Amino acid sequence: MSSVAEKDQYNYDIVKFCVITGIVMGVLGTLVGTFVASELAFPWLNMDIAEISFGRLRPVHTNVVIFGFGGFLLYGAGLYMVQHTTHARIAFEKVAWTGVALWLIGCLAVVVTLPLGMTQAKEYHEAEWWIDIILALSWVCLTITFLGTVARRKMSHIYVGLWFFMTMLFMVTYIFVFNGLCIPVDMSFSYSAYAGIHDAMTQWWWGHNAVGFFLTAGFIGVMYYFVPKHANRPIYSYRLSVLHFWSLTFLYVWVGAHHLHYTAIPDWTLSLGAGMSVALIFPSWGGMINGMMTMSGAWDKLRTDPVMRFMVVALAFYGMSTFEGPLMGTKSVNALSHYTDWTVGHVHSGALGWNAMIAIGAMYHMITRMWNTEMASEKLVNLHFWIHLTGAVFYITAMWGSGVLQGLMWRAFDEYGNLVYTFADSVAAMHPFYALRALGGFLVFLGLSIMLFNTIKTIGAVKAGTNTPLRAAD
Amino acid sequence: MSEKRESKGMIRGIPHDTIESSLPILATFVAILVAVGGIVEIVPTYYLDDAEPAVEGVRPYTPLELEGYAIYRREGCFLCHSQMIRPLRDEKERYGHFSLAAESQFDHNYQWGSKRTGPELARLGGKYTDQWHIQHMRQPKSVVPESVMPNYFWLEETPLDTSKTKARMEVLAMMNVPYSADDIANWEADLKAQAAVDDGAGEDALRARYERKTWENDGVVTTWTDSFTPTPINVRAFDTDASDVTELDALIAYLQQLGTSVHFEEGVDYYHDKFGKPYRK
Repeated sequence: MSSVAEKDQYNYDIVKFCVITGIVMGVLGTLVGTFVASELAFPWLNMDIAEISFGRLRPVHTNVVIFGFGGFLLYGAGLYMVQHTTHARIAFEKVAWTGVALWLIGCLAVVVTLPLGMTQAKEYHEAEWWIDIILALSWVCLTITFLGTVARRKMSHIYVGLWFFMTMLFMVTYIFVFNGLCIPVDMSFSYSAYAGIHDAMTQWWWGHNAVGFFLTAGFIGVMYYFVPKHANRPIYSYRLSVLHFWSLTFLYVWVGAHHLHYTAIPDWTLSLGAGMSVALIFPSWGGMINGMMTMSGAWDKLRTDPVMRFMVVALAFYGMSTFEGPLMGTKSVNALSHYTDWTVGHVHSGALGWNAMIAIGAMYHMITRMWNTEMASEKLVNLHFWIHLTGAVFYITAMWGSGVLQGLMWRAFDEYGNLVYTFADSVAAMHPFYALRALGGFLVFLGLSIMLFNTIKTIGAVKAGTNTPLRAAD
Repeated sequence: MSEKRESKGMIRGIPHDTIESSLPILATFVAILVAVGGIVEIVPTYYLDDAEPAVEGVRPYTPLELEGYAIYRREGCFLCHSQMIRPLRDEKERYGHFSLAAESQFDHNYQWGSKRTGPELARLGGKYTDQWHIQHMRQPKSVVPESVMPNYFWLEETPLDTSKTKARMEVLAMMNVPYSADDIANWEADLKAQAAVDDGAGEDALRARYERKTWENDGVVTTWTDSFTPTPINVRAFDTDASDVTELDALIAYLQQLGTSVHFEEGVDYYHDKFGKPYRK
């Protein structure tokens, strides 16, 4: 990045709004997550209230963390980095603000309607059709703003982070629209346009690519800006980024079928999904290696800078979970892992390890740059890192234990060929793991609460003029 | 890095410099490339005959079962219970024959689920008595001490809201579900008949409609063979109270028919025969 004379002209107001809303959504989403996790460990917490029973509240957790926390991070970081890497102020600012407002309205509508039992019953796409429309309109606004800003760039090349972000914008539009097609019965109920195997295939085309594009391509784009920027080093390899960009763009789309191994879906589709899942490790690790190696010559920052630590550990988790994913995508491993908590553990190694940590790192980076200040308490940032990491590790290891145990108990036969355990035996065996998982989730919630507190104090200090101005060299 | 990029510009013969300097070119490539995988994997399932082999016995839900399905969806049951038995030995022992594609062909949307915090339900129908289900919904722990399922005792206290039943059937009939105009017109009588709140007045008409062997949707007529006898419809006061139709009536009606439509025969290989041949010999 050359001189950034236009810096003062960037629109930071909208980014500030997104970052703060994102942190609040993170606190809310992990609070609900901790509660639903506790319901499984201690079922009396359902309290005989329909609106907070596990079945209704669990999608509130997933939607608020994915679309609330993850979504506002993507809106905020996307609008931040597209300005910084094009040296242009965002295009169509009213459109951008409309998009942000609609996204917030959509998220709040989800929080209200899901506990009332209004659901499309599609995992990670539970919101009813009219909320889908609000979210889709918001996405269109973001896409227009983003592409408009790229078109206004002051250099010939488009930065690699923006390629990934654009890929996310396109693919999420496809999958969200097609998976959401339905015929409404009324405002609170609709039937999917697809049934049976067609619905299953469409659902997991959505489900896995929500992970693959919303939570991977988008976040990789974020990584490509914030890791080199924060480490103050260039990206390790341009060629590697070209190679893994195109291969990730092409390959991710195919792998949703691995969610349906051994089901009534045609075998050839599942084999194709499994094969592509294994192949996907290469583009995934291409991104991980490119991010990690960017740290060359800047590894010392890990000792002193907790924000850098968030980003690097996020990349490590990304590498780990993109190794685990292809493993679970093969049929023989999936026969054991499917339907178990291992899947939940895998999702959270991606979500808590990769997504949350790179998001938190990017948020701290943006807060200090936009308000031109150090955080009110560097110690609290460090504390947040260790609490978050401990929580994530508790969560993931608990789910590995419970998932593998479940899988093995279900398939255990004695020497006479009879099943050894009843299903209820496996439920009882889950209790300690579920309790540990709830504790892990609580720690993540606690960490984000500390972040919110620290952010409020930081902004308060800036307003009062008592803050420490940013020391960063860049 | 930027010097490198400008000096070479070509990567293995591909002018990447041009691609990444042009928003329209980059955007077009990306927009096409991300669409490929989904098209290749999803579209053929609509056209290949062996993707969803025909099997006799799978009928649309009765109005009462359809309301039960809506409650199942509303409460998020699918988040903890799957409805897709895999062809693995332990699943056959525990749950029964693996699920066929055709068994969920009328489920908008499918309820296969992705997680078994509770057990598989694809063949729950007839496994337990109504009384067991009533007790289980009131307090799961009273029949399964290890259970972590919430209590749903209020289902039997809540009268079933039937204001949407007809609209639900009409919407499904717009798609692939073979409800006839007659089925839709008689939704209320059929619903009451199945919950046995009409003193048996509508039972014969209900059975005539939902135990029939000819189904028609959008001009496509499916007729089951003469020797096939459709599974009888469950007709009774599911919550043991014949004075009104409650949400529990609907939910148990739905649960008690799960996986009972297809009559599996010993010696018939429902898996390997599917290529080029129908399931049934």
